[in-house]
Amino acid sequence: MNNLAGGHWARFRHDRRTLWAAYALIAFALVALPFVVDATLGRTWVRIIDVALLFTMLALGLNIVVGYAGLLDLGYVAFFAVGAYCYALLASPQHAIHAPLLVLLPLGALVAAGFGVLLGAPTLKLRGDYLAIVTLGFGEIIRIFLNNLNRPYNLTNGPQGITLVDPLHIGDFALSKTYTLGGLTFAPVHNYYFVFLACAVLIMLVSVRLEDSRIGRAWIAIREDETAARAMGINTRNIKLLAFAMGATFGGISGGLFAAFQGFISPESFTLLDSIMILCMVVLGGMGHVPGVVLGAILLTALPEALRYVGPLQSDWFGRVFIDPSDLRMLLFGLALVLMMLFRPAGLWPSKVRKRELST
Amino acid sequence: MKNLLEARAITKRFGGLEALTDVALTIARGEIYGLIGPNGAGKTTFFNVLTGFYHADGGDFLFDGAPLKITAPHEVAAAGIARTFQNIRLFGNMTALENVMVGRHVRTVAGVFGAVLRTRHARDEERAIHTRARDLLEYVGVGARQHDLASSLPYGDQRRLEIARALATDPKLLALDEPAAGMNATETATLKQLLERIRADGTTILLIEHDVKLVMGLCDRVAVLDYGRKIAEGAPASVQRDAAVIAAYLGGALV
Repeated sequence: MNNLAGGHWARFRHDRRTLWAAYALIAFALVALPFVVDATLGRTWVRIIDVALLFTMLALGLNIVVGYAGLLDLGYVAFFAVGAYCYALLASPQHAIHAPLLVLLPLGALVAAGFGVLLGAPTLKLRGDYLAIVTLGFGEIIRIFLNNLNRPYNLTNGPQGITLVDPLHIGDFALSKTYTLGGLTFAPVHNYYFVFLACAVLIMLVSVRLEDSRIGRAWIAIREDETAARAMGINTRNIKLLAFAMGATFGGISGGLFAAFQGFISPESFTLLDSIMILCMVVLGGMGHVPGVVLGAILLTALPEALRYVGPLQSDWFGRVFIDPSDLRMLLFGLALVLMMLFRPAGLWPSKVRKRELST
Repeated sequence: MKNLLEARAITKRFGGLEALTDVALTIARGEIYGLIGPNGAGKTTFFNVLTGFYHADGGDFLFDGAPLKITAPHEVAAAGIARTFQNIRLFGNMTALENVMVGRHVRTVAGVFGAVLRTRHARDEERAIHTRARDLLEYVGVGARQHDLASSLPYGDQRRLEIARALATDPKLLALDEPAAGMNATETATLKQLLERIRADGTTILLIEHDVKLVMGLCDRVAVLDYGRKIAEGAPASVQRDAAVIAAYLGGALV
């Protein structure tokens, strides 16, 4: 799909110096971002950016399953939950285990991948609506399990959730502490920002490389025509399971990071609404197109937060609050989706291919 | 080994309907073998059994000197049988080039790690896939449109692209399900040349076709199916005069 990139970009790419300058500029902007935001909008917004990066990773994971392989998954948040609980159970006073980071994150990814295969295996023959219903059920089963596994043996602490989860740390260096370096203050939200940014960039890179590979082509072939894909020698069973496992891996990693970042998790953070929200990020941004999905994740995390200001603004201007911001949130969200389906059905930033597909 | 494919007593039932009854045929290496018959005679069913999309209720295949274990379509492709479809089944939202590149899947090995780490082996393989796919597009005559979406190609090009995609799997036997369907006379003539060239380059062809002129002009031997049974087999000219064949096509009452 990469060879479809526009001509100006191809020409631009040939100019190495311009390219490196652009990379350096982007890198500098990304490094400066949390400090600038901290100074202008306040620390809450740095935290919102952190959350946006987490959702970016999740959306990219779901993009593999939905965007590439074309398998509609409505229970994706289950893998996020598996990763988060995996981390929290092994790094909290809940079971008095405090495993090191280098074990926790890979283990979370691996366990989530295992759950991905577990979900994928029985649903191999299902497509579209039927697959959506089964995955939706799977997501709920995981959440309800986590909710009820406090009896007879208290594994997950049930609805109360797990508190005092260890922050990301190596030895005494913990991201939950504030450091100063060269006059800059690195608060916990700043520290996590850099870790999340690194992980998100890594996941983006993995996604882009997979898309433009033998495996990615096999996924897309299955999405386009499963029968023809089988006739071409693609082992659709394995390749689909691989898609589920890869997507779940990304979900598991973000889950572990989420647990460490929040310090507290409960089943309430992993509802159907969260699955749908992640799916919306993928669809709104542009299914199967990495930059689009990233855009979708950032917009859908940031916009609801921005709406919080609508309440105070109203009381400033009119002396009272006419519309409760939380009501407005769902209203505008619905409106945005309807408008998008009408005017940009392929997403805000679709891949060139999909844009053409929908315009012909 | 003279014979490439030997089908022995292939039987396929759909509920009470016997779609194929003891169909036996042998395809020699390097020939173009035609499978003809009236609509509903079981030609496509035979294709689907051969390529692993249906399970046969009886009979077996000998392919390239060994029993063909048919468990799944992808294994049949790996064994060296590639097919096209009666209703073209391309990957519509992939470019022509990418369609053919998918065909290389079964002959390449790069996995997740190779793709993500861009190992030397994976890069070399990717380059080879690219080159081969482009060569095959040129070979079938769709080279100029390699970056166009498959769904945007004209009908004749789509048919040829499907053949290129099948050739990308390095088949020993190329099974074509009505490749000339819906083509005009010029397109059919080009197709005929292409198929002759593919045969000359060493690939055996099994062909389902309704265009009698094409079959007669192209095939070395043909088999005629009627109601799931093979009623005739031999050189096109002799089959054409066969009384049972004439009856099958024109109606039994005439004979």
